[in-house]
Amino acid sequence: MSAGARLRAVLAPLALVAAALGLWELAARWELLADLLRIEPFLVPAPSDIAEALWTDRELLAEDGWVTLQEIVLGFALAVAAGLGFATALHLSDTLRRAFYPVLVASQTVPIIVIAPILVVWFGFGIGPKLAIIALICFFPITVNTLDGLRSVDPDLTKLMRTLDAGRARIFLRAEAPSALPYAFSGAKIAVAVAVIGAVFGEWAGSDSGLGHLMLQASAQLETARLFAAVVVLSVFAIGLFALLSLLERRIAWWGR
Amino acid sequence: MQTTPEAPAAEPHSISQPGLPADAGTALAIEGLEHSFGALRAIAGLDLAAGPREVLGIVGPSGCGKSTLLELIAGLREPTRGRIAVGGATAAAGERLARCAYMPQRDLLLPWLSAIDNAALALRNRGVRRDAARRATAPLFERFGLAGFEHSRPGELSGGMRQRVAFLRTLMAGKPVLLLDEPFASLDALTRGEMQEWLAGALVAEPRTVVLVTHDVEEALYLSDRVAVLSARPGRAVAEVSFSSPRARPRPPAITSPEFAGLRERALAALAEGSR
Repeated sequence: MSAGARLRAVLAPLALVAAALGLWELAARWELLADLLRIEPFLVPAPSDIAEALWTDRELLAEDGWVTLQEIVLGFALAVAAGLGFATALHLSDTLRRAFYPVLVASQTVPIIVIAPILVVWFGFGIGPKLAIIALICFFPITVNTLDGLRSVDPDLTKLMRTLDAGRARIFLRAEAPSALPYAFSGAKIAVAVAVIGAVFGEWAGSDSGLGHLMLQASAQLETARLFAAVVVLSVFAIGLFALLSLLERRIAWWGR
Repeated sequence: MQTTPEAPAAEPHSISQPGLPADAGTALAIEGLEHSFGALRAIAGLDLAAGPREVLGIVGPSGCGKSTLLELIAGLREPTRGRIAVGGATAAAGERLARCAYMPQRDLLLPWLSAIDNAALALRNRGVRRDAARRATAPLFERFGLAGFEHSRPGELSGGMRQRVAFLRTLMAGKPVLLLDEPFASLDALTRGEMQEWLAGALVAEPRTVVLVTHDVEEALYLSDRVAVLSARPGRAVAEVSFSSPRARPRPPAITSPEFAGLRERALAALAEGSR
């Protein structure tokens, strides 16, 4: 890509977002949206109001954001550890794979988010239920992608490794695991985006802090600008973590697809 | 972790140096070999033999079971029927795995390893430490025209270079029998000619018992001591031709000589006969 093309690739979406924000600003300022929705104009914050809320509520957002960020990162880390381990176990044992794989896929029909209230009943208002929710929804994409990666290894490569005196463990370490790494990253990138959603649902089910908790309060108090400000922070988390994973992927799994 | 039976390595923790002494133990004999995949007979009643340090070329029409033959010799499969002896005694699959090195059609270099680490893969698989494996492999890079490319990634190498690295990987496995499956099939005509000369030289420098499978009659005649022609599936040997002058002859006079042309015609005629 030339420098000009790269600049256009960055500028085009930025221009789109800027245009959308501009339209929103005008529609909110002229109270068009409020008229359309037949609600009080103060309930429809303009982007500039949200920006102001981001600044004036910065301490609140930072405090609750830190709680939510910890939940996301820890829950995601749990899912990565469990997902990689489980995918490896299923890959190495035909019996385990036959037993678990259909169950794993079927488990996706259970809307995990709705079990959040149960987890809160069982584990209370602490970080536990949030980690469980996040880990549960992140687990599937990581496990399935990693397993696909492990199984996608060229059978000729496996044969070659055998003629090069590799036993099962070395075939796994030198051929299968590196082949699967880019797949694992794909799964992780999907997972990190849903992790943010999981954290909010976990907090909505019962919590005394975090951005989800802040949103519930702001909503009850009709502080819509603060509500949107919390959404902005959550989006920044999701985009930031996704970007971090993409960077890591380019660094340590650069041979990927 | 589930354990599957591992092939016993010839010398599990030693760095095998290329350049094994010639002895009767390196010869290969195949008798009455048959192999079927379900109802499909891939090989039927094949007899072949290669003496120590001999290069045996095998040509045959597409789908005649050439690759299956190499997998059988390599010990990746057990034949449905027949006997494969390596070094004079009948060898089961595990023993054959320990004595035969296999170079597949595609280079299958690992993109995440440097050229030298790819070439040293067999040593690493036997538990040799990376530094030691690299030290043992480096001299071959010098000798076989790859000096300076030790730390290149496979993706940065040309097709010919990649095949050289793949060949060195096969050589560094340190086994007496080399099985080469269409080693240059993916290369353009010019590179292919260069690589044939390179391989002929490499096999003079590092003599091994070699089974070279190719669909290119000229390549087989140029690189081999003897060429066996296989029939269409189920494969069996239908003819054998050999060149009178020793191997590693310069390519242009060799492949344009009247003798070479005559042999090529005979092999092609046998191929056509066997394809019917």
